[in-house]
Amino acid sequence: MGGKTLYDKLWDSHLVEQRADGSSLIYIDRQLIHEVTSPQAFEGLRLSGRRPWRVDANLAVPDHNVPTRHDERIGGIGGIVDPVSRLQVQTLNDNCKDFGIVEYDINDQRQGIVHVVGPEQGATLPGMTVVCGDSHTSTHGALGALAHGIGTSEVEHVLATQCLVQQKMKNMLVRVDGKLKPGVTAKDAVLAIIGEIGTAGGTGYAIEFGGEVIRDLSMEGRMTVCNMAIEAGARAGMIACDEKTIEYVKGRTYAPKGEMWHHAVAAWRDLHSDADAYFDGVVALQGEDIKPQVTWGTSPEMVLPVDGVLPDPAASDNATERESIERALAYMGLQPGMPITDIKLDKVFIGSCTNSRIEDLRAAAKVVAGKRVADSIRLAMVVPGSGEVKEQAEGEGLDKVFTDAGLEWREPGCSMCLAMNSDKLGNGEHCASTSNRNFEGRQGFGGRTHLVSPAMAAAAAVTGHFVDVREW
Amino acid sequence: MKKFNTHKGRTAPMDRANVDTDLIIPKQFLKSIKRSGFGPNLFDELRYHDQGEPGQDHSRRPVNADFPLNQARYQDASILLTRENFGCGSSREHAPWALDDHGFRVIIAPSFADIFYNNCFKNGLLPIVLEHALVEELFQEMYDNHGHELTVDLERQVIESPHGREIAFEIDAFRKHCLFHGLDDIGLTLESADSIRDFESRWEEQSPWLFGALK
Ligand code: SF4
Repeated sequence: MGGKTLYDKLWDSHLVEQRADGSSLIYIDRQLIHEVTSPQAFEGLRLSGRRPWRVDANLAVPDHNVPTRHDERIGGIGGIVDPVSRLQVQTLNDNCKDFGIVEYDINDQRQGIVHVVGPEQGATLPGMTVVCGDSHTSTHGALGALAHGIGTSEVEHVLATQCLVQQKMKNMLVRVDGKLKPGVTAKDAVLAIIGEIGTAGGTGYAIEFGGEVIRDLSMEGRMTVCNMAIEAGARAGMIACDEKTIEYVKGRTYAPKGEMWHHAVAAWRDLHSDADAYFDGVVALQGEDIKPQVTWGTSPEMVLPVDGVLPDPAASDNATERESIERALAYMGLQPGMPITDIKLDKVFIGSCTNSRIEDLRAAAKVVAGKRVADSIRLAMVVPGSGEVKEQAEGEGLDKVFTDAGLEWREPGCSMCLAMNSDKLGNGEHCASTSNRNFEGRQGFGGRTHLVSPAMAAAAAVTGHFVDVREW
Repeated sequence: MKKFNTHKGRTAPMDRANVDTDLIIPKQFLKSIKRSGFGPNLFDELRYHDQGEPGQDHSRRPVNADFPLNQARYQDASILLTRENFGCGSSREHAPWALDDHGFRVIIAPSFADIFYNNCFKNGLLPIVLEHALVEELFQEMYDNHGHELTVDLERQVIESPHGREIAFEIDAFRKHCLFHGLDDIGLTLESADSIRDFESRWEEQSPWLFGALK
């Protein structure tokens, strides 16, 4: 009998019932709730006359629809200009009141993007099963938790039963060995991984990220990596719990305290794969080989190092691939053979659950300090991931650095990551974005997204096109 | 949930790989707090030339005549043929809701994204994974024959094509059972309420820090 992977351990410890047909009932410790994927779940509960199984396991926060401009934000829910957004945020508020669920509402200091707020408050902890009606729930796996996105029917299922019916996934290890070069970040590492295995490479797997590069990352960096596991097709990404994890959790609002803290830490020390654990798939990258990454197309796997040139569809002998390159180039308004550094930008967005934590903002501020946003850039904005991040950044004077350089400093929320609020790209605009998806129309109808690290986005804001931040 | 036994219907193509959930139903339509009414906005950015907004009168929008679902030969299709990694991206259940609302019951592809695949079953939609070459053959058959239809028999796990050919497909037993009988998942899980309670009290004893009250 071989050892267990981290995923095996988390799975086994939450297994309520193993059924003859191969499905399993898995206990869920924490459900995070936001306004977009929950209204129909609450409605379902009401229609069937059910109550939440364990109210305290749920934490709600509106993020997708909240305005990030101060003047629109100060009015609270009533101040949201778009009536459809307002109704959705109000509905979350009403549902949480009705069912007794704790909500950090729109003007709560702790409000922010659900995946930033969970770890920040200690509401997501090592060893937990965490779900949310949002695919980037994989973020929380960075703490050594089993965390993944679910659909609305499952949100209702977890509310009503505290469990999910699941099929066990396969185990994949993605190892990044060695060291990252200066100027190369967690975001570049995860984009390089997706470039390597493709957007479906992790389908059916839970991915554990390991290797020296991953161990060397800060917790913020680890969250960036796990955040994008879903972009490689894996519902769950995770990283072993170590001293850094424990140090990060210590003292947070909902972290265990006193005697209980020591018991928890003792349990958390086992949250790693055994040396002889079996993985169904192993992928290895070398940290030194990774350069700053830029996506050029309409899928996160369409990614290149900053010194690369755009692909030529004619060079592909696979018809499906050729068509998808052609379609992506046409949508993006780019030509084959063009250097990445020639791509001109209209907007810059620094934010989202991938890169809106304090470390991300520090990295961006360092690049723009004492400089000015290029005249050709119509809008460059920095959107902190939560009220707590915002306060910390302001304490460090980062807001000043950004505004002095000509970037806008906003209120926390999902913002231009997905254009459900008033922050959007115009038709045909190119955006250097620190978010996680470059799908057609993701940031606004006809908008053209290039995914990059915060430092790369900041440098692009100053120059108006992509530059190699290693030479900054 | 709707029961799924045998379904006969017309096929339509979504002939590209990596169709993401943003493409299936763009985010501006996710603001609805209802479960229905997403059909007219299925593949909105491909179906219409203008930018879709909730609450529009769809009959007045400029239609993209090149898009298959807008063409007469694919009207009333209920079986969607598509390519690798269909449904990738966000976990939004609005994607299967939109497909369902438009009238699709079956989606056939070489592969699906995990969350989307799972969400289909919660809504009485049957996603079928077939080998790449078989999907390719079905595409050809459909393109060559106006009004091409397939019959999907869930109980026997076969797809019958017009010339009497049968293609077998795999589906796991639990999902098949629930779909076939149109079972309510939650009700089913609550039959195990005692096991859940037992587990919960053991787990709380072992890891009391996971059970603190939020405030
Ligand atoms: S920041 Fe973007 S990816 Fe993250 S939860 Fe919000 S919309 Fe989703």
